[in-house]
Amino acid sequence: MTDRIVFEDVSRFYGEILGINHVNLSIPPGVTSLVGPNGSGKTTLMNLMTGLIRPTQGRVRVLGIPPDRPDQLFLKLGYCTQFDSFPKGLTGYQFIYSYLRVYGKPHAEADSLAWEALQRVNLVDAAGRHVAAYSKGMRQRVKLAQAIAHKPRVLVLDEPLNGLDPMARAETIALFRDWAQEGRHVIVSSHILHEVDRISDQVILLSHGYVVAEGQIQGVRSEVKDQPMQILVRCDRPSELASRLFLQDHVVEAKVHDDHRGLLIRTRDADSFYLLLNRVVLETGLEVESVAPADEDVNSVYQYLIGPEGGAA
Amino acid sequence: MIKRWKMLPWNLWGRQAAAVVRLELQKNLFSRRAIWVYMMAAGAPLVALLHWVTARPGHCSLPGDAMAFAGMFEFYYLRLALFLGCVGIFSNLTRGEMLERTLHYYLLSPVRREVLILAKYLAGLVTATGLFALSVALTFLAIGAHFGVAWQDFVFHGAGGRQLGAYLLVTVLACVGYGAVFTVAGLVVRNPMIPAAVVWIWEAGNAFLPSLLKKLSVIFYLKSLSPVQAPVNGPLALLATATDPTPAYLAIPGLLIVAAGLLALAARRARSLEISYAE
Repeated sequence: MTDRIVFEDVSRFYGEILGINHVNLSIPPGVTSLVGPNGSGKTTLMNLMTGLIRPTQGRVRVLGIPPDRPDQLFLKLGYCTQFDSFPKGLTGYQFIYSYLRVYGKPHAEADSLAWEALQRVNLVDAAGRHVAAYSKGMRQRVKLAQAIAHKPRVLVLDEPLNGLDPMARAETIALFRDWAQEGRHVIVSSHILHEVDRISDQVILLSHGYVVAEGQIQGVRSEVKDQPMQILVRCDRPSELASRLFLQDHVVEAKVHDDHRGLLIRTRDADSFYLLLNRVVLETGLEVESVAPADEDVNSVYQYLIGPEGGAA
Repeated sequence: MIKRWKMLPWNLWGRQAAAVVRLELQKNLFSRRAIWVYMMAAGAPLVALLHWVTARPGHCSLPGDAMAFAGMFEFYYLRLALFLGCVGIFSNLTRGEMLERTLHYYLLSPVRREVLILAKYLAGLVTATGLFALSVALTFLAIGAHFGVAWQDFVFHGAGGRQLGAYLLVTVLACVGYGAVFTVAGLVVRNPMIPAAVVWIWEAGNAFLPSLLKKLSVIFYLKSLSPVQAPVNGPLALLATATDPTPAYLAIPGLLIVAAGLLALAARRARSLEISYAE
């Protein structure tokens, strides 16, 4: 388990206020998104894995290292927090370079790593300007550069896409994917669900301090038994297909599109639906253009499990 | 035990501490919160310069000016400037960063918390001793400068040089002691002004404490080391007089042991330090 981030029955209370409760997780490498409304425990979870706060009970290990050993942990972990604050009087380069020196890096190595990190977030041109004069997007990028400068195996990012313009968002997401493909952990919290969908290998859904669901998004969706699966079929005779589907118990709804070139099906048994569809195609010669799940995304799962207002559904 | 000691990564800790000291010196010397420390350090030299400029022959004596400095040292430096300067510098080492929401950058670095706290303390010590030792030296040199060659002779060939050396030693030790007190206070208490007030009352009332409790203060050791007793009469004499003087060979290690104990407490507290900017 030394390649995983492990939470064993972890709870954290702030006085009488619950941060997270009885959390058990084992996070593999790849991009993992923490999803949940404000106050659901995303930042608490991140702060616990980086030792900024301690669990009230339970045990956390990051690649086998306890978070109360910063001298070992932060050789392998970088954390880009949500705090939009910087030491005064430093330029972007000085900010990254100075903390690399605090890491114990000699001058030449710190200098080279600082420029490399600035290059990765496209801030080389602004490296000589004071961070205080940066725009919000630039401050977000310089924070990211500081977190990745020492090339950690685990990157923890609290709302990293906040304040970034669309181009920077795309570049940052590509960076996360590159890192995940290199076998690193990228833990991201975000409330922008369609972006979570694009970047995540797995998600952890949180609500009111509890882990509501975790795993690959398709797996999480299939666990939501009380919500029928939505499947989109584009074909030449949607009405005929709908009439066949209505004979099945598991089909809850079939809605034909206005252009009569497709239909949206809600079914309690997706496997039976796909078997039936194959049979209909063979028997009637139905021309199917595409078949795709319509709610196997983070947004839908979020709505089913947490609800539109962030309360439990 | 010695083998284990030698295996510790001293070189790495040294490099990390040096990097922290560099960052902290910049904050201590060039931030807005440094202004009142500069004012504290500049107060006495300005008065001494004024005295130099305005002193008229026949109205002052060389021993009189040396005694005047002893009074300034006792009541301005020891009781006010060094104390408040150390409150400003050392209690902000961690509390100031909590307020500015920048402490997490250190806590997210692969640095042992003990190394971090000691490096911050060291930076505070360099700042405080640098400013106040310079201030003490300037004041001492300026206060009798109007005597010209006689004062130079007193400083460079007479008792003045030894006195200045002793004042500087007391200044450094005051920074060591008060620095340790307020480094702990900044880690333990949200509002450092409360422990500052408590410590100030404790230090001011040191003369009235029983013999054993006297030793649990910084001023007790510093007064024992002051080279000249301040020339005051009446109730103030009780504050200025070292009623239970301790020889230097006990006072210096005694103060260093108190400071080391406080720093050990600070390091222990730092290990369990959490980020709670929302307080």
